Amino acid sequence: MSSVSIQAVSRVFETAKGQRTQALQPVDFEVRDNDFVTILGPSGCGKSTLLRIVAGLDHATSGRVLLDGAPVEGPGAERGMVFQSYTLFPWLTIEQNIRFGLRERGMPEAQQKERAAYFIAKVGLRGFEQHFPKQLSGGMQQRTAIARALANDPKILLMDEPFGALDNQTRVLMQELLLGIWEAERKTVLFVTHDIDEAIFMANRVAVFSARPGRIKTELAVDLPHPRHYTIKTSPEFMDLKARLTEEIRAESMAADLH
Amino acid sequence: MSAVQPLSVTEPKAPVRRRRSLAPLEPVSARARWMLGLAFFVVFVAVWAFFTLGGFVSPTFLASPITMAKEGWLLFTEYGFIKDIGMTIWRVVGGFVLAAVIAVPLGIAMGAYKGIEAFFEPFISFCRYLPASAFIPLLILWAGIGEAQKILVIFIGSVFQITLMVAVTVGGARRDLVEAAYTLGAGHKGIVTRVLIPGAAPEIAETLRLVLGWAWTYVIVAELIGSSSGIGHMITDSQALLNTGQIIFGIIVIGLIGLVSDSFFKFVNRRLFAWSFVR
Repeated sequence: MSSVSIQAVSRVFETAKGQRTQALQPVDFEVRDNDFVTILGPSGCGKSTLLRIVAGLDHATSGRVLLDGAPVEGPGAERGMVFQSYTLFPWLTIEQNIRFGLRERGMPEAQQKERAAYFIAKVGLRGFEQHFPKQLSGGMQQRTAIARALANDPKILLMDEPFGALDNQTRVLMQELLLGIWEAERKTVLFVTHDIDEAIFMANRVAVFSARPGRIKTELAVDLPHPRHYTIKTSPEFMDLKARLTEEIRAESMAADLH
Repeated sequence: MSAVQPLSVTEPKAPVRRRRSLAPLEPVSARARWMLGLAFFVVFVAVWAFFTLGGFVSPTFLASPITMAKEGWLLFTEYGFIKDIGMTIWRVVGGFVLAAVIAVPLGIAMGAYKGIEAFFEPFISFCRYLPASAFIPLLILWAGIGEAQKILVIFIGSVFQITLMVAVTVGGARRDLVEAAYTLGAGHKGIVTRVLIPGAAPEIAETLRLVLGWAWTYVIVAELIGSSSGIGHMITDSQALLNTGQIIFGIIVIGLIGLVSDSFFKFVNRRLFAWSFVR
């Protein structure tokens, strides 16, 4: 596994009329090997922009992103991504969706199928291999998206509010599922969210973003033991962290509101 | 005095029973659909029969349904009408397939690559508004009154329409799916062949179905002028003989063939692109 180094990355958007909006102030940040980092911030603070720059789907106005020391030039299979919107290919079955990246890299079909079966089992979708995405619930579609990203064996998994569109109960179950997978596989994960509980529960480290133009305001280590169970959310340590982060985010949300 | 007037309170009435089938957007059963669809044909023929058989319209100008059926029978038994139908179908399919073979790949290329689109789009948009039938005199000069001229009319009428509609469909691909494919390691070629084309395929097929319908109107026009076979030619011949029965029969045959080919296209699309019809 590998590390990501974000070095003085900023982003300025320019409208057609030449108006400039600074979405990101220069950000410096390191994601270490096997780290699970959540980026927490109010809506529109530029945290998704940062993630998209790491993914190579957007480019930095200044600064650079290094993956294992090599600069990121564009999107690639070594940085898997799970989006907030449902991005399964609707014309492919669940199994074919998970095999998409494997087929793209020319893996033999038998091996593709074996790998797909492993990850389908991992996210609890056995029996749904031949379904089309539209036939599944939102939670099941996002589980497929996670399996699709993991099957590709990326060096880092980027997650852009992947559970943001799900109902609360499903979201909690998905958090546990993803955390269980992480505890077993120890992938490096960079996870964007605006949900404080989610940010603490999932992470080793929480980076709090300021209001737009975004920058990293605070970093907080989360030393809760693994494996984590949902009951941890009522423990005093968790509550302490939550109180601190709530205060941080509140200040930023108010600042964002004034703009 | 309160600022807000209370809503007038009325005695709760017994719930009014409304026919649900009369509510907006409420679907009707498959059986009812058939019956209703058929009913209109019956009404249409009944009104036609009433005016013609009742003597309200001169038979010189409008044949009755019975005359039409007789004439239709004669067309098949005496005048070899089946050969005319065959010729017309051949021309439509020939011109249409030729147009599709060129227009679909070009449309995909335009939709996928903005440079190619910028190169072709203005010219094709201009050509799209040129009426295919206005080309007939010119095409007769160039290609004579043979098959090439008929097929070219269909081709000109279809090729620009298909190209533009396919380009718009492909260009409108969901950006998030394209991005997802990139993060899964797809290259530019992979994006086109594994995301843009499969995603656009059902709508491309739907475009072809639509344009095939238009091609039918062009072929008849092409056959009305300078032709020695085909349904359109039969219609012009019948006009000279004031045989309105044959004309109407010819028009109805065109409608029926259109209906059959349309249903066939729909059926094939549903089989090929089952995923896009899921719920």
